[in-house]
This record gives sequence, structure tokens and C-alpha cells, in this order.
Amino acid sequence: MAKKESSFINMVLTLFIVTSISALALGGVYNLTKGPIALAKKAKLENAISNVVPEFDTLVEFKIMPAKGKDSLTFYRAFYKDSLVGTAIKTYTNIGFGGLISIMAGFSPDGKIINTAVLEHKETPGLGDKMDIKKSTWSEQFRNKNPEDFDLYVTKDGGKVDAITAATISSRAFCDAMNRAYKAYKLEEGGTK
Amino acid sequence: MNQLQNFTKGFIKENPVFILLLGLCPTLGVTTSAINGLGMGLATAFVLTMSNLVISIIKNVIPDKVRIPSFIVIIASFVTIVELVMQGFVPALFEQLGLFIPLIVVNCIVLGRAEAFASKNTVFSSIIDGLGMGLGFAFALTILGGIREILGSGAIFGWKFIEGDGILVFVLAPGAFIVLGYLIAIVNKINKA
Repeated sequence: MAKKESSFINMVLTLFIVTSISALALGGVYNLTKGPIALAKKAKLENAISNVVPEFDTLVEFKIMPAKGKDSLTFYRAFYKDSLVGTAIKTYTNIGFGGLISIMAGFSPDGKIINTAVLEHKETPGLGDKMDIKKSTWSEQFRNKNPEDFDLYVTKDGGKVDAITAATISSRAFCDAMNRAYKAYKLEEGGTK
Repeated sequence: MNQLQNFTKGFIKENPVFILLLGLCPTLGVTTSAINGLGMGLATAFVLTMSNLVISIIKNVIPDKVRIPSFIVIIASFVTIVELVMQGFVPALFEQLGLFIPLIVVNCIVLGRAEAFASKNTVFSSIIDGLGMGLGFAFALTILGGIREILGSGAIFGWKFIEGDGILVFVLAPGAFIVLGYLIAIVNKINKA
């Protein structure tokens, strides 16, 4: 078959057909994967919540604005047989080495940190990413600490958190996110009780 | 050239990474571990094979002057399909590679093979070429990622064999250049012999 001539009408027609078929194919695939993608995202979030609060049967979700910061925090109050067992807070910081870090922090009803889970970050692999419990045991130092007497600042800034070796900026950012969550938590719980 | 040679040329003789030095952006960016390299390589191999297939089928109905835009639309469609499918069905891998998947569109290997091979050869040899080149790319990325993972984190395919850290520089960007340089030297030596 001979090659088609590059006339105006040929070119327009070809591009129109190629883009139309692509658009149709993409639309189809999008519809097919929409469900699984939403499920995967939900599973990831629920997994993070269940990692930071004790076993629960009901979740109550609401958003509040922190005192400082541009974006709202999402609270997930976890109830087990109608009693509050903990609150998971999706918090964030913008001062990470690679910008935004999103963290799920769990607080027990008496104000102690239960556990933390990193949801999203762009820190340096091998250095800053050690804040993730999957990569190192660094974040275990937050467990069962009450931020009232466990200052959420790195030791260099006068706090009680041991920074990750060679990743003070990432550690500082982690503390910033935890602080934001704790302050909002204190404000919220102080208001309802 | 018989089909077997056509297939195997992608591994050493015309390896996209070691010899043609194409697609270095994902090569240097994602190969912090063997599994990342393999995942990226296989995603690229899929896109390369499918785009080679489609382009060799329609090469005669595409006017010369609009062939590059048409190729790019086809490649971008396949990349988006890979991205959506990966996001929905293997979210763990997507978390690692997510940022780099859209970059396959502008990966020089894909357009390079479309232009240099698929638009001039039969459908069957184009598929073989796509498979060979794609798997060669995956092979190179896995080796590169494996070496960096062994030296940098003391692990291979996520299985840790030393306590603590490895030589951190190999996980960071300079390590990618160093390892790639040595690998290119070795492959050149093999090809000369």
C-alpha cells in the first residue's frame, strides 16, 4: 500500500481519527479502573487509620481548620461499642525537604500519641524517608508520649525528639505536622468536653 | 536479520540504556531498588511493544507530515492506560513509580523505536523489536537498581542482608551515575571482545 499524501484534508482526518480512537480507549479504561482505584485509595487510608488507633467499629469523619496553616485537617474519631477509643488525624506539613508531607497521627482519648503513619512524602530515599515506619524504627519514639511533656521539636530546637541522622529538616517537618495535629486535637477535644 | 537476532539485540548489542543511552531520565530516577527498576522496565516494555504494534499497522495510512503527533498520541494513550491500571490493581508499585509513569511518554526509546523501526518494518518484526528493546530496558534497569540496592541499602529485592544502612551515596542521584558509568564500561568491553 502506498503512503498517503500529506495533503491538508488527509492530515486533519488522520489526526482526528487517531485522537478520537485514543479518547474512546482512554474513556473505556478509565471507567474500568475507576472502581479499583477508589477502592485502593480507600483501603490505603483505612489501613493507615487502623494502624494508628486501636480496634474500632465506627468512624466519624470531620474536617477542621488548624490555627496555623492553609489546609484543613481531617479528624477520624474511632469508636468501639459506642466509646471513643482514639482519634486519627490526617495532618500535613509543607516544610519537608521535598515539600508536602502527609501524616496520619493517632491520639488516645487521654491525649497521648498512639502511633503515626506516613501517607505521602517526597523526602530523600535512604535519609528522610526513615520517618516512615516501614523504613526504620525512628518514629517509634513518638508512641505513648503525651505532647504536653514530650516537646514535639527536635533536640536541636530545644525539643525532645531525636532527629534522624543527616535528615534534620525532614525530622523537623515531621514534628511540625505532629504539632499541627496535636494543637488542633487539643482545641477540638477541649471544646467538646 | 532473523527474528531471534532482532529480539536479542536489545539486551547487549543495542541495549537502550547501555549502548543507545536513551531514556536516562527514568533510568537514573527510579532505579533505587531492583523491584522499582523491574516495574518501570516492564511498564516501558508494555508501552513499547503495544505502540510498535499499532504504529506498524497504521504506518501506511499516516501522512508523513503528521506522523510524529500521531505517534505521540498513540504512545500517550498506552502510557495512560498503564498508569490507570497500575493505580487500580497494584497500588503499592504505583506509589513507588507513580511520578515516573507519565514520563514514559517522552521516553526517547519509545518514540525512537516507533520512528526508527516500527514505521519502516512489518508488524511481526516490530512486535519482536518492541519486546526485545523493552525487555532489554527492563534488564538494564533491574541490574542497575539491584546494584544500587545492594550497595546502598544492603538489600536485594527488598530482602535485607545487613543490619542498618549501606553506602548511602548509591541510593542518591550520584550513585546512579557512578553505577551506570561502570556498567556502560563493562558492556562496551563485552561488545568489543
